[in-house]
Amino acid sequence: MATENRINFWRRKAKLPGRYHKDTKTKLNNLKTKKASSFHEFAHSTSDAWDIGEEEDEESLRSPAPSATPPDLSMQTKNHRCDTETSCRPEPPSSDSRHFQEENKELQHLNRKVIRSTSDTQVSSSSDTFTYVASPHSFGSKLIEPDQSWLQNFICVGNAFSLLKQSALPVRPLIPLVARISDQNASGALPMTVREKSRLDKFKLLLASPSTDLGEPVCPLYSSLLPGSPLSADWLVKKLKSCGSTAGLEYREKSDRPHGGSSQSVTIVYILIHTSGPTQEMLTSPLWQGYLPANRGRRELVLQRKRDEYFAFIEQYYQSRTEEHHRDTYRQIHIDIPRTNPLIPLFQQPTVQEVFERILFIWAIRHPASGYVQGINDLVTPFFVVFLSEFVMEDVENFEMSALPLQTQRNIEADSFWCMSKLLDGIQDNYTFAQPGIQNKVKALEELVSRMDEDVHAHLVRCEVEYLQFAFRWMNNLLMRELPLRCTIRLWDTYQAEAEGFSHFHLFVCAAFLLEWRKQILSMSDFQGLLMLLQNLPTIHWGNEEVGLLLAEAYRLKYMFADAPSHYKR
Amino acid sequence: MAGKDYNHLFKLLIIGDSNVGKSSLLLRFADNSFSGSYITTIGVDFKIRTVDINGERVKLQIWDTAGQERFRTITSTYYRNTHGVIIVYDVTNPESFVNVKRWLNEISQNCDSVCKILVGNKNDDPARKRVDSQDAAHFGESVGVRVFETSAKENINVEEMFMAFTHMVLRAKKQSQNRAEREREREKDTVNIGAQRDRDRRKRGKKCC
Repeated sequence: MATENRINFWRRKAKLPGRYHKDTKTKLNNLKTKKASSFHEFAHSTSDAWDIGEEEDEESLRSPAPSATPPDLSMQTKNHRCDTETSCRPEPPSSDSRHFQEENKELQHLNRKVIRSTSDTQVSSSSDTFTYVASPHSFGSKLIEPDQSWLQNFICVGNAFSLLKQSALPVRPLIPLVARISDQNASGALPMTVREKSRLDKFKLLLASPSTDLGEPVCPLYSSLLPGSPLSADWLVKKLKSCGSTAGLEYREKSDRPHGGSSQSVTIVYILIHTSGPTQEMLTSPLWQGYLPANRGRRELVLQRKRDEYFAFIEQYYQSRTEEHHRDTYRQIHIDIPRTNPLIPLFQQPTVQEVFERILFIWAIRHPASGYVQGINDLVTPFFVVFLSEFVMEDVENFEMSALPLQTQRNIEADSFWCMSKLLDGIQDNYTFAQPGIQNKVKALEELVSRMDEDVHAHLVRCEVEYLQFAFRWMNNLLMRELPLRCTIRLWDTYQAEAEGFSHFHLFVCAAFLLEWRKQILSMSDFQGLLMLLQNLPTIHWGNEEVGLLLAEAYRLKYMFADAPSHYKR
Repeated sequence: MAGKDYNHLFKLLIIGDSNVGKSSLLLRFADNSFSGSYITTIGVDFKIRTVDINGERVKLQIWDTAGQERFRTITSTYYRNTHGVIIVYDVTNPESFVNVKRWLNEISQNCDSVCKILVGNKNDDPARKRVDSQDAAHFGESVGVRVFETSAKENINVEEMFMAFTHMVLRAKKQSQNRAEREREREKDTVNIGAQRDRDRRKRGKKCC
């Protein structure tokens, strides 16, 4: 990928200042004599030209070349860029944009930008906010336009430096007992690597296209994202927000550690992604899979319709909570709400509790086969937090929701409702009579573990520990009770991206999760100790890194065992 | 296990309607703490405490179940090998008291013979009390179950209730042990003709096939 970029770069920018002149003369001659004058070789032979000492350059080069981008996509991105930077780029590039003169123009224009950005850098580095740096890569040809548009948008550095320093500490600081929603994102998150960033770019490209089918076509992209590639959704949301409505997102990794070797990376799923337009248009990712239409132009409309629909339900049905046949449902919800995330102040606010009551009640009466079942109350939380955190810069846990404009509150509520509905659609048999979904999954988990790790399974059986005794909750609450909220958000991120993530893939995550504690399990030989361990697994300090590893392991297990029912069968 | 640190091990189960204070009772007894802001129990929670009864160490394995009706199919699997069941209702919520009958029925469906105790929790505010102590006592007598009124919040009667119940379970165990002993004794004195005939028949069966 990088090489391709370089090729493009060299092909187009013969006049760029740098060490290049001195070096290439001889090299060019060499190439000529060898009669193998491909730019590929040429680019390789001049790789030292990149040792300019500017990190940004390195970064942008590592990003992928959009060689496979279809022409319509690239046009789309171009347009998008124009939206975002109307001030910078007054005229959209014409179709014969390969013309040399135009390129020169662009070059000049970007040169100006570099200068301007440099001053920006100085300003912001002192204030430790966001730095905007134009990528030199954007000098590139029209061929690399789609990629460019993202790269050329700005680079948010944030306090990446301090974050990196933190991450370099040998011992992770212990997160307080009351696991914070945001601390992972505020302090523990590592900056994105270029690879991650380029994934994000790809993804945004897809979203920005006039018709994005978030189903099949995106899936390959996701699967390439996943193993060991966590990203804090909140973090991204915040960064996106910080970039304001007029800029896309770009992230620069300000470090010299080898990219790709990082454990921290990006998934772009499950985040609200701002694309900037005349109005600040809110686009969402697979969070809305099957909720928002593929056609971009219709999204806003559908979103509005869905929100209206939800509030029409409220108007029509919410008062029925006092009626005979719904009283029990409402009573149960009502007593469970204060017991939902009881340690986080946000969820003790009357406004928030009312939101939850409405969401759960409407869902329950619209799904009489299951109705409201304890645990479903927990499942609203991640959606609610993600939607809310879009409007909260500081600590989400202590944010006063009623401070938001009423319309915003209503939007958060409706969106949380629909997302939760969508999630539950896939796992409704978990909550119908006798909970067959859970019973089947716990059985399946037992069967899987017996093949995956005979020792652990035999040990559990020997100690008379039944899977139902600990795994019931794992299924009923989708591991929410076993992980801090920030980890749940990260986990669901991937579930959203997986086909049948919440039903099928979850099984493998549970298996990986159980085997994660293999050592501790095998070291205990009494029933009590084992059950106490399995019901209170020490995940309080967990962050993206641990969840990333868990997911990677779950993938491995899935690929080994999912379609091989006799694999390691005894 | 080599170093058994107890003389008896009992499995106790706490059941009752949602939000009557089952988890609070358990936490008060096992950890002597109360927080007022509990999270709903999903499936079962599990705690242990070892107590001393007349010089004997009794280890209690206490299972705290989820109260909601939908979980009943699952929670019924936890009745297996249970020595005692604690049925909890909320003295400020008459409905939870009415439902005690259903819980008793649930027990009889899942266990043959088991110790039972009825506990009216949240008994710390007379102004909010809606289930009369007398009514509860009457009902307890009619079904043959001892009644305790407790408050996990104010730590009233919790320890006493658990200790009394442990006594009951221990007594029941000893009684059944004695009974079994007596039965064995009786068996020793009896010549069982039928058994001999059975054995013969089995032997013959083996030969012929």
